Amino acid sequence: MKNLSQEETKRICDKVLSLTKADQCEVNLSGSRTGNIRYARNAVSTAGLIEDTQLVVSVAFGKKQGIATINELDDKSLEKAVRRAEDLARLAPENPEFMPTPGKQQYKASETFFQKTADIDPEFRAQVAAYSIENSKKNKLVAAGFFTDTSKFTAIANSNGVFGFQRDTGLDFSVTVRTEDGRGSGWAKRSVGDASKFDAREASNVAIEKALRSVEAKALEPGRYTVILEPAATSDLLAYMFSGFDARQADEGRSFLSKKGGGNRMGEKLFDEQVNVWADPWDKNVAVLPWDNGSMLAREHQELIKNGKINALNYSTYWAKKQGKRAIGAPGNIIMAGTDKSTEELIANTKKGVLVTRTWYIRMVDPQSVLLTGLTRDGTFYIENGKIKHPIKNFRFNESPVSMLNNIDELGKPEILSGDESDYQLLIPAMRVRDFNFTSLSDAV
Amino acid sequence: MERRSFLKVGAAAGGSLLIPVFGNAIAAEELLNPMAVQFKKSLADAAMNAATKAGASYCDVRIGRYLNQFITTRDLNVENIVNTESSGVGVRVIAGGAYGFCSTNVMTLDSVAEAARQAVAIARANAKLQSEPVQLAPVKGVGDVAWATPFKKDWRTVPIKEKAEMLIAANKAGMDAGANFMQSMLFQVNQQKYFASTDGSYIDQDMHRLWSPLTATAVDKATNRFRTRDGLSSPVSMGYEFFDAKPENKFKAAGGVTTLYKGAYDLIEDARAAGRQAREKLTAKSVEPGKYDLVLSPEHLFLTIHESVGHATELDRVLGYEANYAGTSFATLDKWQSKKFKYGSERVNFVADRTTSGSLACVGYDDEGVPAKRWDIIKDGILVNYQATRDQAHVIGEKESQGCSYADSWSSVQFQRMPNVSLQAGKKPLTPDDMIKDVKKGIYILGRGSFSIDQQRYNFQFGGQLYFEIKNGKITNPLEDVAYQSNTQEFWNACSALCDERDWRMGGSFFDGKGQPSQVSCVSHGSPTTRFNGINVINTARKIG
Repeated sequence: MKNLSQEETKRICDKVLSLTKADQCEVNLSGSRTGNIRYARNAVSTAGLIEDTQLVVSVAFGKKQGIATINELDDKSLEKAVRRAEDLARLAPENPEFMPTPGKQQYKASETFFQKTADIDPEFRAQVAAYSIENSKKNKLVAAGFFTDTSKFTAIANSNGVFGFQRDTGLDFSVTVRTEDGRGSGWAKRSVGDASKFDAREASNVAIEKALRSVEAKALEPGRYTVILEPAATSDLLAYMFSGFDARQADEGRSFLSKKGGGNRMGEKLFDEQVNVWADPWDKNVAVLPWDNGSMLAREHQELIKNGKINALNYSTYWAKKQGKRAIGAPGNIIMAGTDKSTEELIANTKKGVLVTRTWYIRMVDPQSVLLTGLTRDGTFYIENGKIKHPIKNFRFNESPVSMLNNIDELGKPEILSGDESDYQLLIPAMRVRDFNFTSLSDAV
Repeated sequence: MERRSFLKVGAAAGGSLLIPVFGNAIAAEELLNPMAVQFKKSLADAAMNAATKAGASYCDVRIGRYLNQFITTRDLNVENIVNTESSGVGVRVIAGGAYGFCSTNVMTLDSVAEAARQAVAIARANAKLQSEPVQLAPVKGVGDVAWATPFKKDWRTVPIKEKAEMLIAANKAGMDAGANFMQSMLFQVNQQKYFASTDGSYIDQDMHRLWSPLTATAVDKATNRFRTRDGLSSPVSMGYEFFDAKPENKFKAAGGVTTLYKGAYDLIEDARAAGRQAREKLTAKSVEPGKYDLVLSPEHLFLTIHESVGHATELDRVLGYEANYAGTSFATLDKWQSKKFKYGSERVNFVADRTTSGSLACVGYDDEGVPAKRWDIIKDGILVNYQATRDQAHVIGEKESQGCSYADSWSSVQFQRMPNVSLQAGKKPLTPDDMIKDVKKGIYILGRGSFSIDQQRYNFQFGGQLYFEIKNGKITNPLEDVAYQSNTQEFWNACSALCDERDWRMGGSFFDGKGQPSQVSCVSHGSPTTRFNGINVINTARKIG
């Protein structure tokens, strides 16, 4: 990828905007360089580097819209992309809910770029794999893992004078370590923007220790238990719930946030009062772009849940206008308040309970109550009198994150991670939760 | 696992700049101009020559052009129409006994040759960490050949207006029938794939796929309840004639509870039923948890098959290559070697195949140039085989690959993906109505619902779209809040009856995810209506706050 500067992206965006005869035009220009290394059975299986650039042009004639993308940036290609978008817009029927592109926005830069991450090279990636493979071999364990790093730029512009440019970096690492006989498995995951906050050896050792400790798992009867959920165990549950913080769905009566008789539950206390959640594009740990690519609206610091009460919902520009609300950029991160307590301290304060490392294959069962099902995986342990007593077999759960956040006993220290299947950057604490509903046992290790 | 990619595409419909996850958009009139075969052959030769010269012992080249069109509608509005194109070249080599892969979207002789040299350099770097050399099962070169999905009507030639009108008519039908909200979409895919290898193959393939999912939502504001009913169709590998449903393509489900489709689909009729049934679900009886005999309709059972048999018998998972992501498998090599591992009851027969016309994984050749074939996975209830690629065949004593290699893009490396894995029909004449006559306490489940299975494919939980209580051989009333939980081996051993060939049909998925970086593939699973005795059913109704 040619790592375009702000000036270069501005020139391209301006050129695109000048080429169209449409009533309005939006441009999104981005480029990324993504490296990866994958290993399994204690050997590297794949390694690669993917570089790509993408220009997205969206135009509208009245309420008829068309979209075209291309990955070449010479003048001829820019012209081609604009004409294609125009052709599609002419073919499209009118959308009565079409909204004009926003006016000029103030995008206050967030700290999303770290040179150390951008400098990651094949040797760095190989060393990450080597840490877990070598240490696993020493312990007669088998490692499988994946490390990927990205350095990218994004520029947005529209025919109303909007322009934004920012670079960002990120890395993601996950490792599963299993015993040779397949009776134990441990896992760890790290997702950060700044490579200086990443320690592959530390993460691998967590997975190794969990693998060693998880053999000889005993079966515990399914039922409701006090659980200590490590941050990775709740990341996808919370992401599911926050993806439902949509005002239109709630107002239309098809959301867990719908109010009986009509309207939404804004201001109602739905969770334990310890629950405080916000989005903040400028948070140093999980910074994200200060705009929302979909709407081009600026993001703001938003208190989503305040002392257990619903405090903010997402409004599309169309729904905001209809409801007389102000639309702002949809959040890119989710931050939940915690404490300074380590997971070990949460365990020490637990008389009887279950420690969950990770949850897996989470799917919506009932959107009415946000009932989710999924399983524990790669390190589930029984706690008695403040200590981990022994590993236990994995469970399937059927639980709603709404109920979970209502049953909080104690919160731990927030950790940075991304969900397996969500686009949010997360900073969430470990939690001790009462009455978590395990509905069946799984023999899977 | 089935990835949530579809949700992302669906969600993207609301934001104008979030669409292009599938490639570069192009104007509709440009879709019909394929790349010249001779041009692709010259690119492939350039890559293979460069790779061989750089020291590769093997090289394959995939030249892809992927064309898609998506139309998304909500209620009576068309939200988005997007045409996308992605094209480029992926080169895979073996050098020093290890794989290397590199791709480029610059379609020049110099660029592909450089990609080939890069792939060799990566292979040499990987070779240092290789514990044993890659061992490819032999494939006989087939020279210059072509294969195409059989179809009557090319979706690329159907006017956008006609398609949009069909979706809007479906939404209107659903709303007229009782839904407060309707969403329908049309996904249209054309994959033009050219494969060449140093084994002497130059294979030009043209694949076409369609899917039109819909969701009806009914709301009762007085009770603050809402319910949805998704469409009962499945994605297919065929042309736009899929939407020309004739009477012979429609039939009644057991007890006449709804209309089902085979070989073609009436979107508007199904949307109307969805609207009515979504409203009926608001007042349906909540299920009593307990053990039931389940009668599972094919457009529901396909997903249970996909998760509990399709993924469990992937050889790369069995060996541990997916341990960090999709997981491993309980169907370990020792179970297969024993030749007596009872995966299911003796009436359970699973066949893997890439040859059934209309199925999503139907191709002429896989992404290693292996001709499509069909083979047994489970025979008379016993695990007898897996799904393998060229480099895995030797592990299970196969002399040739089973043709299970696939990459979701020219820029992705090909790896083991499942073919269509299907449950065979019963040998004795039996209709769904006949099957239900023998059920004292049961539930008839239709349509795909929520789904989740553990990382070794033991413990699963599935829901559906429509549930009907069966009492003493008769369907009595609709049910709600139903999900069943089981263990794969217990479930398939509880299989007590299969309808015959007349009832056999396929469901399928467009978004089967696997691998890191994750790739999606599409696959069909066929079955007849099938009964499973004594399965644990839970009630999923909950109250919050």
